[in-house]
Amino acid sequence: MSSTYKAPEFPYARPPELSAGGIARTQVAIVGAGPIGLAAAIDLAQQGIDFILVDDNNTVSVGSRAICYAKRALEILDRLGCGDAICARGIEWKVGKVFFHDELAYQFDLLPEPGHKRPAFVNLQQYHLEECMVARLAELGHGVRWKNKAVGLAVRDDGVRVDIETPDGRYAIEADYVIAADGARSALRDLMGLEWKGQVFRDRFLIADVHMKGEFPTERWFWFDPPFHPGQSVLLHRQADDVWRIDFQLGWDADPEEEKQPERVIPRIRAMLGDNRPFELEWVSVYTFQCRRLDRFVHGRVLFAGDAAHQVSPFGARGANSGFQDVDNLVWKLSRVLRGESPATLLASYDSERVEAADENLLNSTRATDFITPKSAVSRTFRDAVLALSRTHPFARRLVNSGRLSMPTTHRASPLSTPDHDAFAGAMVPGAPAADAPVQVDGHAGWLLDHLGGRFDLLLFDAEDDAAEALAAGLGDAVRVVRITSSGAVQGQLIDFEGRAEHRYDARPGTACLLRPDQHVAARWRAPTVDGVRAALALAQGH
Amino acid sequence: MALNTEPNIARPDDFYQALIDAHAGLTEEQSAALNARLILLLANQIGDLDTLRAALAAARDADGHAGSEP
Repeated sequence: MSSTYKAPEFPYARPPELSAGGIARTQVAIVGAGPIGLAAAIDLAQQGIDFILVDDNNTVSVGSRAICYAKRALEILDRLGCGDAICARGIEWKVGKVFFHDELAYQFDLLPEPGHKRPAFVNLQQYHLEECMVARLAELGHGVRWKNKAVGLAVRDDGVRVDIETPDGRYAIEADYVIAADGARSALRDLMGLEWKGQVFRDRFLIADVHMKGEFPTERWFWFDPPFHPGQSVLLHRQADDVWRIDFQLGWDADPEEEKQPERVIPRIRAMLGDNRPFELEWVSVYTFQCRRLDRFVHGRVLFAGDAAHQVSPFGARGANSGFQDVDNLVWKLSRVLRGESPATLLASYDSERVEAADENLLNSTRATDFITPKSAVSRTFRDAVLALSRTHPFARRLVNSGRLSMPTTHRASPLSTPDHDAFAGAMVPGAPAADAPVQVDGHAGWLLDHLGGRFDLLLFDAEDDAAEALAAGLGDAVRVVRITSSGAVQGQLIDFEGRAEHRYDARPGTACLLRPDQHVAARWRAPTVDGVRAALALAQGH
Repeated sequence: MALNTEPNIARPDDFYQALIDAHAGLTEEQSAALNARLILLLANQIGDLDTLRAALAAARDADGHAGSEP
């Protein structure tokens, strides 16, 4: 019923294996061409790894679904070569407002400091994002096998066989590894009989995409108990093409089928808008929340990522955003293992790091959901007390929880990190995602993160030429040495012209920071040595 | 900061009367709401999470729930 968007129908092509012995051999089979499967495919393509990406459908997401892409996800999409297209299509925002009744209770700015390439958030309908990613994959010379449905799985010690059903019959993919990116209702998870542990929240939400000329600012607005929807909460987000996302809390007793009917939905939106401006409904759905995860994300040669591995409530935008971080973490490790550069045990760190991240996301998501949907009378009493106090008492505003928005996880206990031996301040601890900063290269303005990632980098601050050359010579091809200076222009070096990189990394002349291919800090030194960097590199590569 | 359970209120009877008076004329529901607001205000005054956790545990223990998680 959308008037602003016509979903593409991607062509199904008869797989050649149907007539040639029935077996397709590849290094990686990716099941699911949603945002996470597409990201995995693009990353593998960039790493030069052979893969087959299958999807049971032949189009993009129905409805806007995941709409808020956080700064870290956008940085990952930059590394995948589709950040610009997605940011150009989407809408930036960073301010959130929380209302209680009809008064502003609390306001937050998610990116209060300048000097980052990407904003706190870009809102974009998932279907637009998926189209951008399919286009990027095509640019790399790869496609999706649409209408190829995974219907069987046999996991062995030396590989995996995935049975695929197509409109023309069945064939099998023989792969070294499988990435299960087939979403919250993962078929692969069911085929493997894996337990999906967690809780379902006893509440229902109406979600509507509405096309209108709104006069709301480009901010996240959340209402507790507003006059137009008494006793419940409402969330408003702007998307591209003058489409607005509105979530209405309905309560557990609401009838999901009845609530989807336009004659029920339209008056709710009309009451919220409070006037007679025209609008059109583009998509309506009623959903419940679940907070669940698999015990482990690595099951032999099957690697679970995104919603197939963990599911959170939408408050906090921690679904797709954490899925992109899964892929960011997984693909460089898998590529090294497939090239024989690292032992297969390196993949255990994908499990430990991303399970840690999933637990952080689940904790934040569960807490937000407990605030929005109190589970007991006393929980509601305290929630309402917080909201009542928030109008006049600043401390209470910090307790208001309408969703703590997605932030990347710092892997403090990562087995791949070398603990600090030197004293450092600031956020760039081993395990942290690298901070961005504005830089100039040969007179052109750019961004630090665009010069990092995809391989191991040694970011070297204001180093003497002799020291830098000795490191580069001693380390050889294992690491790319990226030199950065804050003391004027030097040919071939990044110029930290505002001093923001120096500040964010707590750097002094000679400081070095070893970064993984996913731009997370592996180690740092005040006075790096070839042996020290080599040892940290070996640890980060799982040796 | 350890939870101080030694006498710390200079005029305990005045405090107790003020506490009861604050609830005068309220329904049970209104009293519960007042108590919740009061707990939040006092908790912010204390600030320290360990002390708050010790207070929660002490409150729970005194009600015959010794040994259970608060």
